[in-house]
Formats: sequence, C-alpha cells, structure tokens
Amino acid sequence: MLEIKCPYCGKRSQNEFSYGGDASVKRPQLGKETSDKEWNDFVYFRNNPRGKHSELWHHVAGCRQWFKVLRNTATHEIFKTSKISEEL
Amino acid sequence: MPQNLRLDKVGYINRDKKISFKFNGKKYFGYEGDTLASALLANGIHLIGRSFKYHRPRGFTGAGVDEPNAHVQLYSGAKTEPNVIATTVELVEGLVATSQNCWPSVSFDFGAINNLLNKFFPAGFYYKTFMWPKNFWYKIYEPIIRKAAGLGVAPLKPDPDRYEHKFEYCDVLIVGSGPSGLAGALAAAKNGARVILAEDKPRFGGSLLTDEVTIGNKKGKDWVDETISQLKSMPNVIVKNRSQVFGYYDHNMMVMSERTKDHVENSTEFTPRQKLWYIRAKEVIVSTGSIERPLVFGNNDRPGIMLASAAKEYMKVYGVLVGKKPIIFTNNDSAYDTAIEFKKNGIDPLVVDIRTNSESSVVQEAKNLNINIKFSHGIVNSKGYLRVNSATVGKLNDDRSGYESLENISCDCICVSGNWTPTVHLSSQSGNKLKFDEKINAFIPSKSRQNESTIGSANGSFTLKKSLEDGFSKGYELSNKITAKNIKGTTPTSNERNYAQHDKFWCMPLPKNKYYKRCVDFQNDVYVSDIELAVREGFRSIEHVKRYTTLGMATDQGKTSNLNGLQLVSNIENKIVPEVGHTTFRPPYTPVTIGAIVGREVGKHYRPTRKSPMHEWHEQNNAVFVDAGLWVRPRYYKQENETLLEAAKREATNVRKNVGVCDVTSLGKIDIKGPDCAEFLNRIYTNAWMKLPVGKARYGVMLREDGIVFDDGTTTRISENHFHMTTTTAQAVNVLAHLEYYLQVVWPELSVNVLSTTEQWAGAALAGPNSRNLLNKLFPEIDVSNEAIPFMGYKEANLFGVPARIFRISFSGELAYEINVESGYGIFMWEKIIELGKEMNIEPYGTEALSTLRIEMGHVAGSEIDGRVISSDLSLEGMLSKKKDFIGKRSLNREAFINPNREKIVGVVPLDKKSMIPEGSHLVSDNKASLPNPKLGHISASCWSVEYNNPFSLAILKDGKNKIGEKLYAVSPLKNKSIEVEIVSSHYVDPKGERVRS
Repeated sequence: MLEIKCPYCGKRSQNEFSYGGDASVKRPQLGKETSDKEWNDFVYFRNNPRGKHSELWHHVAGCRQWFKVLRNTATHEIFKTSKISEEL
Repeated sequence: MPQNLRLDKVGYINRDKKISFKFNGKKYFGYEGDTLASALLANGIHLIGRSFKYHRPRGFTGAGVDEPNAHVQLYSGAKTEPNVIATTVELVEGLVATSQNCWPSVSFDFGAINNLLNKFFPAGFYYKTFMWPKNFWYKIYEPIIRKAAGLGVAPLKPDPDRYEHKFEYCDVLIVGSGPSGLAGALAAAKNGARVILAEDKPRFGGSLLTDEVTIGNKKGKDWVDETISQLKSMPNVIVKNRSQVFGYYDHNMMVMSERTKDHVENSTEFTPRQKLWYIRAKEVIVSTGSIERPLVFGNNDRPGIMLASAAKEYMKVYGVLVGKKPIIFTNNDSAYDTAIEFKKNGIDPLVVDIRTNSESSVVQEAKNLNINIKFSHGIVNSKGYLRVNSATVGKLNDDRSGYESLENISCDCICVSGNWTPTVHLSSQSGNKLKFDEKINAFIPSKSRQNESTIGSANGSFTLKKSLEDGFSKGYELSNKITAKNIKGTTPTSNERNYAQHDKFWCMPLPKNKYYKRCVDFQNDVYVSDIELAVREGFRSIEHVKRYTTLGMATDQGKTSNLNGLQLVSNIENKIVPEVGHTTFRPPYTPVTIGAIVGREVGKHYRPTRKSPMHEWHEQNNAVFVDAGLWVRPRYYKQENETLLEAAKREATNVRKNVGVCDVTSLGKIDIKGPDCAEFLNRIYTNAWMKLPVGKARYGVMLREDGIVFDDGTTTRISENHFHMTTTTAQAVNVLAHLEYYLQVVWPELSVNVLSTTEQWAGAALAGPNSRNLLNKLFPEIDVSNEAIPFMGYKEANLFGVPARIFRISFSGELAYEINVESGYGIFMWEKIIELGKEMNIEPYGTEALSTLRIEMGHVAGSEIDGRVISSDLSLEGMLSKKKDFIGKRSLNREAFINPNREKIVGVVPLDKKSMIPEGSHLVSDNKASLPNPKLGHISASCWSVEYNNPFSLAILKDGKNKIGEKLYAVSPLKNKSIEVEIVSSHYVDPKGERVRS
C-alpha cells in the first residue's frame, strides 16, 4: 500500500485516495472546434510509461481535493506531490 | 510409553507443568513450552504424515517455519485448521492433531501404492497423460487426482474466531530477534527511535538460544533475556514475540501476523485469535537469519532424517533427543555443534563429512571429545520404511563421481547439514536485487530499493562478532537519520567457536546400477530425477523448471529446497548459479490464515450499512428490505401471506388510486453554491440551466466525455447562487467526484462549491391523486394549489415547526411531491405523513412498487442507464442543447452514435398478457433459429402494470422506434422461457404526462 502525501493533509495511506489518471491531459476548451483526432486523443489515448508519470489522485476519504503526483510506475517511488494549481 | 528421550535440566521448557494432547487419536504428554513437534519427538514419534504425491512416510525435517513435511490438521469441526506445521504449534492442554494425506492411517497408507508406481508419475506426468479425451479432465481425472494428492481438509463451517487489524507507525522495525536484530533494536532504541522488534517464535534470541557463545561475559541466552527486558522497559519500544512479519510491501508497509490466542489456555470467545499489524516503518532492519539446507542422497526423505540445526534445537531448547544412534552428515562445520551436543548428553554420534579434513576449533573440540568422524565419506542411501534404521555410507572416490567402498551402518536418526541459506525473502520482496555469494554458495541482498537494511546471517555474515557489530552500527546509523541524536553505545565483546569453509558438494551420486530416489523438495515430492527430466525436455528458465516440476511451489515456498534445485539445474547445464537466477520471492513468507486477512470485516461487517432515519419504522411495519448499494431500503411492506409481486401490485395500485409514501432518503443529494453555479450546471448537464428561475426544479442528464449517459436527476434552484442536486442512489458517490474533478482540475476559474448532503436530509415522496390533499394537511399555512406549487416547483415551508423543503417532482408519473427535512426530523415527518394520510388510505410503498410505477411510465433508471447507452437510445435526445457545449457533446457525432439502427428504448407486452418476462431476456425474431440466434435487444426491466393489469417490460431494442407494433420473442435460456411479445411505446401509462401536471 502506497503512502501518498496529500498537499493539504500530509502523508496518508493509499486506501484514502482514488486514482484519477494522467495529469498531463488537457480538456479541449468548451465550445471550441476540435478535430476528430484531437478529441479522440483526449477521450481515449493515454501514454503508459514505465518510469516517471505525472498523475491525478483524489483524496476521497479525506479533504476531497484532487492533486498531482509524480510517481515511478515501475517502482512506485513518489518523487513529488503538488496542488493542481502548482507546477509538479 | 515414556522413552527417556527427554533430557534432565536441559532446555527452556517448564517441567513443572505437564500437558496432555492427542495425536491420531492417542493421548500423549509434553510440557509447557513444548511445540507439538518437540512433544511428539520426546515420545519417540517421527512418522507424522505422508508426502503429497507418492504418499511416502515423512517425519520432521526442521524445528521452525522452514519445516516442509510435518503438516497436521488441528482440532475438528468449525475450529479445524489444515496444513499446520507441527514445529510451530505451541503445546496446550487438550490439543488435538491428526496426520494428513493418508488413509486408513499414517503407518498403513493405501495411497503409498503411488510410490511403487512412481516410475509412471515423473514430473509433468499429469500434463502429458490427461490430455484426452478433453472432457475427461473435469469429470474424471481432476476429481481423482485431487483426492489422491493433497494436504489437509478445509473447514466447511464459518471460522468461529475473531481476528483484529492494527495499524502502527514506527521509525525502525526490526524483523528477527537473533544477535543482529537485538543489537540493532537496542542501538536504535537507545538513540531515541520508535522501535518495533518482531520475533516469529515464542522465545526471543534466534541462534543465541542454541549456540555456545558468550556476549559481554554472559551466556548468549542470558544476554538475550537482559536485552529483552531492557527493551521492554523503554517507552519508545514495542517488543512482540509470536509475530511473523510475512510481507514487505510498497513504501515500507510491513504486514505482520501476531498469534494471540492459540497458546493461551484461558481464552474466551472474545480473545482475538490473531492480530494483523499493518506497520508503516521509516526504516526496516531485516535480521531474519538463515535456514540450513539439506544434503541430497538416496531416500533422504525418511522419518528420522532431519536438519542438524533442528536436532540441536530440539536438544537445547526442548531437552529432547531426536535419536540415540545419530549419524551427522555434513559438508560444513556447523553440524559439529550438533555432534558435540549429542556427546555432551551421553550419546555417541558418528560424523560423516564430505570434506577431506577441517582444521577449525569446533572440529578440534569434537575430536577432543572422541567423536567418531569419517572424512571424505558421504551417505549414499538410507533404509527403514516408517523410520530410518540404517544408512549406506560410502567413501567418495577422488573425483566424487562414485564410491571406493560402501558399508551399512545402523542408526535411528540422520542429522544433515548442507550449509546455510540466508533468509532473504523480505529483502527480496522489498525490491532488493539479490546477488550470488560464491563463498557461502547462496544469494544475499545487494542494493536496497526501499529503506531496507539486511544484516546478520540473512546478509551472509555468519559470525556472532560481525552480526553484533552490524546490528549496533545499523541501529545507530538509521536512528540517527531519523532522530538526529548521537547516543552511541559500544558493541559488547563476544566469544564463539570458529568455523572453516564449507564444501560446495551437496548431492550424492548414485552407485552403479542403483536408482535411489533423491528428494530435493520434500513437500511437493520433487526428486533429482524430475529436475533432470525437466532440463532434458528443454525447460531452461528456472521459472519454467519450477512450474513443470512444482519445485518450491508448496506451502513452505521451497525454504529448504529452492537453492538445492537451482544448484542442480546449474550443475546439469554447466552454468554457474547466478546465470540460472532465482525464482521470485512473494509474500507471504509463511502461510497466513484467511481470517487474519479479513479481520473483523465478516458477515454484515463486510461493508458499512446505511440506513435512513425512518429505518426503525419500516422494521416495525413489516418491511422486507433490499440492498441498494450500501443502503438498506424497504422493498415492500408485507401484509399477511403476500408474495413480493402481490405486495408490489397492492402498493403501486394504491399510489395510482389514492396516495402512497416512499422513503427516498438514499437518493444522492449535493448542495451546490457559488456565483457560477448556473454556468457550471450548464456545462455538466446536456440541457440549458442559465435561465432556471429561483424556486424551480429541472430534470437533467449528465454524460461522460465519451458521450455515454452517466446519471440523471433533478436539480432545484434554491436561491440565485444556491442549487440542490439529486442523483441516483447508485451513482451519488461517483457524481460528486465527477463534479469535484471538473471544478478543481478542469475549470478552477469557476467559483462553485459542492458538498454531499445525502445524509443531512431525510426524504419522503408523496405520490398519487390524493397527494395534494395530504400536502395541504401537512402544511395548512401555505397555498399548495397547482398555481402556487406547479409541476417542477419548489417551496420552503413549515412542517408543524420543522423547516421543510417541498419539491414537486415525480418519479411515479402521478401527481407527486418530495418532502425533505433535516435527518433528525425524518421520523417525525414520516409519522405525520402516515397519521394525516390515514383518511386518504395512505400506504407506504417500497422499491418494488417504485420500480413498477416508473417502468410503466417509461422513466429510465439504472437498469437502462447501464454505461452503454446515449441520450437518444433513451429517447432523451430532446434534452441535448444545440445552443451550448457540455461534457460529452463532442463525442455524440461519432459514427456509431449517429447510426439510425441504434438500439432504442421501447415497451414490451407479452401476447398472452400473463407471462412475466424475465429481466435480461433477449429479443429475437425467431425463437427456433439455430444458435447463435441474432440478438435484437434485451429486456432491461419488468413489472406487472397495475394500470392495465398485465405484465409490462422496458427493453433496449435495435431500431426500436420502427419496430413498434411488431411481434418478437423474448427468450431467456437461463429461465428456460420463450415468450411471444408485442413491441409498444415505452410510455405505457399517461404518455402525455397529464397526471404530473394536474
């Protein structure tokens, strides 16, 4: 079980959190014309790197804040966590 | 029966307390402090079970968790536990143990015929033989094989014991209380770290319990006792025996099972049997010691053949002689300790040593004691069916390919030592890549990936001096990192025997024309010939050899066999061991009782139960409940001998005719506040929200980004910047997370806050033509007319002093209202409704009637919003705004979504107007067509329409709207039904929606 540092609450066990996917995904702006490819990439395509991965986590059993985590997908090492508004 | 195998004064057992126990139906005695194994050995019993595959007689091999053979079944009935290792069972009064995998008895086992036929059962036998005919496997082969091969019998009743979970944090966790672990714990604790010391056995000390050493002029055991009492007196230290750290997980999460009941005589039913500790340690010291390897020779698996260290432990800890005519067979010096111990207790051992000589102090000591040593010799074979009675000893020729001479020597036990294997399981689980140490011929940890440090013999350091030094320095170094303190003690002086280099030779060759079985993995019956066969048949990867031969796959995880197996493969392939590699070490290190993993989360505690504030009233009024996620909701209120269907019809009819009340507390409720609320809802929902007036509710549908319908519900504008959203019971949690995601991650510029208020409001739905009259009685002060509270209207009012919210929304299709009050007033509201509704024949209705009412109205719910449908499939395309963008809109022009033949929601009525159509039935055009019969759609929900008094179902049907009026078949192979049906509109009752607006 991972130990994740919520930027608001501090270190907590993984079972307080839920995983929220790739943090680098940017939703196309509302009302803006998007090509099929652009939209397809946004909805379906994700990188699946072995190694560093910036991702979203949600502190569901805590402060209910979404935040960013830089994690090694192979070793589970967590390098850094940050608020959504901060650079990771 | 006492055989005088118990030594006087030696050992740590309590001779003042005699304990009786039963083994295979016979009564025996032992002492407090014995294990089941030591007590049986003291009674001269070596034969304890039969091997897995060939049913060969088996005895004790070890004295701890490394034991591969001595499995027993404890007790009977619900309390029974199979596959327990006798060497780890503490003796308690009344213990009952039986042998496993034998019939009719352990000494005469019918299954042993497999042993005579063993030529026909080599590795891979099952794979090769039972390939055909294909369907024979399930019906014939597998049941027979399962019966013949196997271990104990699993209990059939629920476990009556309790198990607890505990969470703990510490600076340094030390696993193992041998010399290095104790030194590490002491140093870290003295330097101010929060320390947990965990020992698997009942007694602390590890090798210090059996080794002839002194530390700081004290005997090893005395130093242990003193150190433990010192540690126990420190407030920053938790000291735990009977506690096995079995798993090393991510981020230094260690899991430990503590045995808290089985050894206690006066326990109650409330005493937890085991505690599972989840320990988050900043640093972990792995000081788990090492396990002796067996030597491999002909018939090396007979009862009476055991590890030399185990024989020593039985003598020194339990005062038990494992035999009176022992042969010690070794390739190293450590076994001489055992020989010397026998000699000191008046028994003459014979030492058979593979090496040509050894000059160490311990061998000299043995020589001085006139112990008979045969160098350059090895044991070739053993004899004696149920217990070893002699050994064939051979003088090895120069290249060790055979023997110069053979002789037969009688004995009653053989104590073997093939050198020591560091217990690297936890280190390896932590991600440490192991390296092969040529000097000790075994794997040791190399670079730590987590905060893990392995010391002592687990790290390949076999001297006491080095173990103590490493322990003290590691304990200081790690604690210093955490506490930044500098309290450094000195390592005490120590005295020990010195030991010379071992010989790498460990597998005895077969004499000419002899084909003795030489066992490598005792528990899984894997022999040298099996591994040779696997390599010959082309298995190269050690992981493949493991799976083909089952080497190391038993419950002992190959603690004594893995390395010998690796060495054998490397010998055959002419490779060095590190090239062969090792198989993966996975948790748990020792078997863990399922009950301990589950803890208290059993039965109704498996998950939390959510109840509405009106739950007790429902109970008192004969409600039959149903699970809705975590919620428990009334399904129907049973009257006399009603069936579910009869009750649902009665309750639904009463709603259509009079008025009914339904507990809707479980509906998800989300409070939404902030100046950008309307804009936010406009983006979340498919329809328009900007112009919703205060005091009005609106139905909305949410999509996922991929265009699939996510959830639906009504949202009410309480005030300009305050909305109240309802979700389905099932999706409440997900919708909240969804809203939070968009507000925090995607559109942080929107000034909106969301909060779940599901549990803050109790909800009651009033539905039926009389509901307005009832509302008038409940709120006599306000105007409840159609003009004052129109359809989708909202009003705050006073329910006899209790603030209430009135929503005019309807799920039943009738004139209906939903009243919310603060949860604490829920029961007050409910009882008032029932009291004042009596004259209008009010009846409560449950989820079954609720479904009936919504199905015949064609309202969609979870069974239609199943994660596969888009708005137009549910005839909700009118709710898709063309003027604005919203979540998922861009996906709606996908090719598959604009296909005109998509499935659509329709109604289905059986032609006979009698047959209920099973939910999940497939709609097909020809019920006699050959399989696979093309599926046109499926039945999503079924009810008995109280309006028309015949069955009615909703279905999702391909090109459904164009099929209205057609006749199809609803087939359910599961229920063995085929029903001819007519497709109708999904709006079966009041298609124009006049009632809700009346």
